[in-house]
Amino acid sequence: MTDGLSPDVIPVIPRGVRLHWDHVREKWVLLAPERAVALDPIGHAIMTEIDGARSFGAITTALSEKYGAPHEQVAADAGEFLRGLMNRRILEVA
Amino acid sequence: MDGSEVRDWRAEGKANGIPAPIAMLAELTHRCPLSCPYCSNPVELARKSLELDTSDWVRVFQQAAELGVLQLHLSGGEPAARRDLVDLVKAARDAGLYTNLITSGIGLTERRLQELDAAGLDHIQLSLQGTDADMADRIGGYKGGFQRKMQVAEWIKDIGFPLTLNAVVHRQNLHQLPRAIEMALEMNARRIEVAIVQFHGWAMSNRDALMPTKEQAQEASRVVAEARDRLKGQLVLDYVPADYHADYPKRCMGGWGTTGLNVAPDGEVLPCHAAQTIKSLKFDNVRTKSLSEIWYRGSAFNAYRGDDWMQEPCRSCDRKKLDFGGCRCQAMALAGDPNATDPVCVKSPLHAELQKRAVAFSHHDNAELTYRQQPPA
Repeated sequence: MTDGLSPDVIPVIPRGVRLHWDHVREKWVLLAPERAVALDPIGHAIMTEIDGARSFGAITTALSEKYGAPHEQVAADAGEFLRGLMNRRILEVA
Repeated sequence: MDGSEVRDWRAEGKANGIPAPIAMLAELTHRCPLSCPYCSNPVELARKSLELDTSDWVRVFQQAAELGVLQLHLSGGEPAARRDLVDLVKAARDAGLYTNLITSGIGLTERRLQELDAAGLDHIQLSLQGTDADMADRIGGYKGGFQRKMQVAEWIKDIGFPLTLNAVVHRQNLHQLPRAIEMALEMNARRIEVAIVQFHGWAMSNRDALMPTKEQAQEASRVVAEARDRLKGQLVLDYVPADYHADYPKRCMGGWGTTGLNVAPDGEVLPCHAAQTIKSLKFDNVRTKSLSEIWYRGSAFNAYRGDDWMQEPCRSCDRKKLDFGGCRCQAMALAGDPNATDPVCVKSPLHAELQKRAVAFSHHDNAELTYRQQPPA
């Protein structure tokens, strides 16, 4: 079980990590040092909400409204996803 | 050549189950100020006069991005020995590639690093030959190299480049591994690659000087596992274990012709950096063919795709989809047959003998280092 994220933290995409449209495989990928992480539509939706200013809580509220999904579920799923990226040094929090 | 031809090769490749490559290693030059005795460059080095020029490389980067390559590793030799390095980085970024510089640091000034930053360089991988000047300068064969590397690491940190420290370890410096991990933290590196020397290229002449003992190999695995746990979320550790002491071979290159390709300084396109040791293979060159045609149609890439080439015990082995029979170059070097089972594998008839030889190599206490040479002009 991976830990989630506290609603107060601000996720930040660090230098050297960027979203990239892979025109050959026709999907979004997260390019990072020595890694290319393929994103499904949910992963892509989460990553595009990260602007380095809004808190994780604000991001999950926005996602929950946008996709009409229960906030608790969105927070748990997005928290696990982002924690996994943090463990791989692909995401930071402020 | 026009775009429609490129699409045809891709469609044909897809129909034959050939995926597009994700990574490309561009060996910009074989020149290097260091002369590490485990250098992965071929023993027959490409001469400077035959190196691809700037416009060749720019074309290759564009073709790589078109083909589906996401990650570009600029390597060598020492890539900083290329005067056009900044222009090459800019061209790679313009092509849409994630651009990584694999360097010893020698040849990088603060100003050049700032220019690389402005050109869009994404990431730096800095090699480490030892954790102090005595060890590092002796292994690299370059006096003063360690001190310069430490200065470069400071500049990298000041500019804020994402950094991976690449520690190549072997019998002579494995005791320094815990310090190498500390140094990665001090340099603000996000990652460290701990690679126990693999015996290809120049390292083959140094097996008796570099082979770790079995105890050292086990200790290295323990140190890495402990650090992974302790530094979770702080430092990522990638680890290449000592395969002569292992029971199963490496999944070489993530599968021959499935994941990555190398372009040598003279434009030859290789399925892996050691592939030229397999004399039966014929390599295409980016000077005369597109990267797409070479990847999908080239005979060297198709030689070990799938499993039609496999012999027993690989052919009927349930691990064949995991490790593809191991490393083809190692099969060539140790079994004399590139189609054989990698002798590292416990199922190879040569395995027991190899393990015995590994132990013998690791006890040659007075073995001298044979240093890598420089390519001819």
